[in-house]
Amino acid sequence: MDFRELTVSSAAKGMARGDFSSEELVRALIAEVGKSDGQIGAYLSFDRDGALAAAREADSRRRQGDCPPLLGIPVAIKDLINVSGQPCGCASKILEGYVSTYDATVVSRLKKAGAICAGRVNMDEFAMGSSTENSAFRVTRNPHDLSRTPGGSSGGSAASVAGFEALCALGTDTGGSIRQPASFCGIVGFKPTYGRVSRYGVTAFASSLDQVGPMTHDTEDAAMLMNALAGADPRDGTTALEPVPDFVKAIEGASLKGLKIGLPKEYFIGGTDPEVMAAVRNAIDLCAASGAEIVDVSLPHTEYAMAVYYIVAPAEASANLARFDAVRYGRRAQGVQDLGAMYGKSRMEGFGQEVKRRIILGTYVLSSGYYDAYYGRALKARTLIRRDFENVFGKVDFLLTPVSPTPAFKLGSLPDPLKMYLNDLFTIPASLAGLPAVSVPAGKTDASLPVGIQLIAPPFRDDALLRAARAFELARGRAA
Amino acid sequence: MNYSATIGLETHVQLKTRTKMFCACALDTASDPNTNVCPVCLGYPGALPVMNKKAVKLTVMTGMMLGCEINGRSSFDRKNYFYPDMAKNYQISQNAAPLCLGGGVAIEASSGGRKFVRINHIHLEEDAAKINHYVRNSGIDFNRGGTPLMEIVGEPDLSSADEAIAYLAALKEMLVYAGISDCNLEEGNMRSDVNISVRAEGQSRLGTKVEIKNMNTFRGIHAAIEYEVARQISVLSQGGKIVQETRRWDTDLGVTQSMRNKENAHDYRYFPEPDLVPVELSRELLEEWRREIPELPEARRQRMAGEYGLTAYDADVLAKDKAKADFFEAAAVKAKNPKAFCNLFMTDVMAYVNANVPDLSCAYVKETAPALSALFLLLEEGKINGPTMKELLPEVLGGKIRDPGAAVAERGLGAVSDASMIESLVDSVIAANEKSVNDYKAGKKAAMGFLVGQVMKLSKGKADPKIAGGILAKRLS
Repeated sequence: MDFRELTVSSAAKGMARGDFSSEELVRALIAEVGKSDGQIGAYLSFDRDGALAAAREADSRRRQGDCPPLLGIPVAIKDLINVSGQPCGCASKILEGYVSTYDATVVSRLKKAGAICAGRVNMDEFAMGSSTENSAFRVTRNPHDLSRTPGGSSGGSAASVAGFEALCALGTDTGGSIRQPASFCGIVGFKPTYGRVSRYGVTAFASSLDQVGPMTHDTEDAAMLMNALAGADPRDGTTALEPVPDFVKAIEGASLKGLKIGLPKEYFIGGTDPEVMAAVRNAIDLCAASGAEIVDVSLPHTEYAMAVYYIVAPAEASANLARFDAVRYGRRAQGVQDLGAMYGKSRMEGFGQEVKRRIILGTYVLSSGYYDAYYGRALKARTLIRRDFENVFGKVDFLLTPVSPTPAFKLGSLPDPLKMYLNDLFTIPASLAGLPAVSVPAGKTDASLPVGIQLIAPPFRDDALLRAARAFELARGRAA
Repeated sequence: MNYSATIGLETHVQLKTRTKMFCACALDTASDPNTNVCPVCLGYPGALPVMNKKAVKLTVMTGMMLGCEINGRSSFDRKNYFYPDMAKNYQISQNAAPLCLGGGVAIEASSGGRKFVRINHIHLEEDAAKINHYVRNSGIDFNRGGTPLMEIVGEPDLSSADEAIAYLAALKEMLVYAGISDCNLEEGNMRSDVNISVRAEGQSRLGTKVEIKNMNTFRGIHAAIEYEVARQISVLSQGGKIVQETRRWDTDLGVTQSMRNKENAHDYRYFPEPDLVPVELSRELLEEWRREIPELPEARRQRMAGEYGLTAYDADVLAKDKAKADFFEAAAVKAKNPKAFCNLFMTDVMAYVNANVPDLSCAYVKETAPALSALFLLLEEGKINGPTMKELLPEVLGGKIRDPGAAVAERGLGAVSDASMIESLVDSVIAANEKSVNDYKAGKKAAMGFLVGQVMKLSKGKADPKIAGGILAKRLS
């Protein structure tokens, strides 16, 4: 068994056939991590003993004939998702010493499907960033070019899969944090419709935007994970009661023929790297050649999306991160004499620059005298952005856009936070509208840097979206 | 110079739900500290709030009882401030669209007559944890954190300490009656922030107001208001100015004191709670909830007095306690003389219940009332006598006798009311008790009691003592 050749699907089949056990699979994974992670730096921690024990238990279940779909499959977990008994650091110093006392719903669902939570992967601190450079602990490098970022904030998730030191990973996406790193690393990154997957146990960044999603080698793996993850959760009041389709069945026989694909003109403006644009144009041609109908459309309020996001997300984050006050858990500063000083020093020392920047920004836009001008107005603009998509989906089935204006950039090359924010230009609008969106590999630059395309679908058409992505994948020749 | 006081109350009521406002932890503050807690009410990373439907229902029912307009689409907001008793350092509350608007309470005015105290709105929120201060540090008990709290914000229509207490007492009675809250003041079930200002006679503008937060007992609130009003009048009449501030009431010293940390007006940065969808209440649901509102004390008092021929005093005592009133009405339903039943109920029945039935529940009433009713009916029909009835009463109330008629038959306790039988018993007693007979004839009325007792003894307690007394009197006159 060559771990580097496996996908979730082929590994599941291999174990079902008895070609190898889960324990052998996890040992192979551990070997790969040992070999590569010194260079890639995707992992923050890896509980070897725990993973092997879980693998042995999976093998035992299989022997007893109890074979749920993800039995014995290791999944890398982004560091902001609670796994009982594991540290949940969110790549931040402020959560030093915090060990989860409960499983996030997505984790308990994975466990129920037989999967193994193996290893916690790196991210931008509290999911704030587009390069994973904001991690308080280590640098993660893009496996395609170690001098470049893997993207962010789910950079560890993307790099571990792309570097063959994870079979698949969970990431989270608030403004593009699954899609952009997936594009940078040449893998599939799926952001479900807001409310499709439970956020219970997932440390909140922006409550009205966050979603957990699979990051995988291909769309079939993503479908297998979505089957385990999706569905209403009584512990998360924002999950939808929409019935959950069988994603694996939904992608069978996928074809681009007859699909109406819209190209929003606002995403095809100048400023995007020409090699990225070339890869996207090739993808569009491929769709057309495969029988899809390409339609030009417009999302007129796209230009306000960045501003809306960088008001709404920090505002929600400023409240969500208020709980990190060193009172009940986490790192408490030393040498303080009163409550205010304890709060101040603990948070000053515990939070990184970008996190502080967003907390201050978020507090400001909510403050008395500024609420109406900023937050109140942003909420209204958000509605207009959502309506743009509603109008357009009356004419087309999906939208196709670039994922990011550039391919993976060099580590340390974007010190200006505002320039860093521009990475999310194409991914933010779908987040604001709560739509399902996916990044699928579409090609490479001359320097062999991966470029993905983004497909966006109407709310709760996650299955159709994955199916369209599958169709594109097949058309490109990445066979199952 | 005469001054008048203006007082407004914001009353926080802990709702009688089984679990907390946003999580499934039990509502039980009596347990050891930090034992009824979970990731949600502890504000752990990744925790999310989920709505407690009963809390919404109890708040809406309160609004209906107070004549409020119910908001069919209500939403929650985050109220942001840092304090160790707030696990998330924001409180989930309501600001933009509270559940109930308007309404009010009628009370006796200080100047005589009735007065309507208006309510601004009622909203729902979560309670903070409890901070216990020790010598060298403070401990935070999150058992209370997350308790559903209903805040009733009254308009400043009150003009005296007496009126404030009348308002709170009226609220308390209604809330306890309808099962909304236990309103146990000692346990902090009902706490009020008191806003007080005074102004000179003839001045139309309201004076500067002072807030006294977190007051529990009615006695404390009354004393604090009287003190603060006097203090403000004293300051103003000496040419001083009232500082807008929060003061605390010192029970031991009997004064309000300026709080050392000057509380600046907080900017709570309210914004819509993204983790909770708005609450939508259909007409059907509201009607269903409205039907569950019980008849309120005032109305019940009047009806019971009329229906059962009770005195105002008896009606008042009974109607005050919903469980007792329910029990009474269930048992009195067949009584030929409800007033007589009431007398029995208020004495022997209540004595037993108060001593032995700590929880006068619906289940207890359902099981016991029919038997009690049947027992009294046996008495009224003369099938048993008074002493027998009193003998069987504890067993009926204790649930041991379900069918009094059968018990009477089994034990042979049927009253002997046959006059001829009693006559022969009376003759025996007269014959055997010459001294007492002579005492009675000589004018010692007490001897009659002794003789009746002897008849009862002979009849093994089954003779009707009234009839026996009557026959004795006739014989000996």
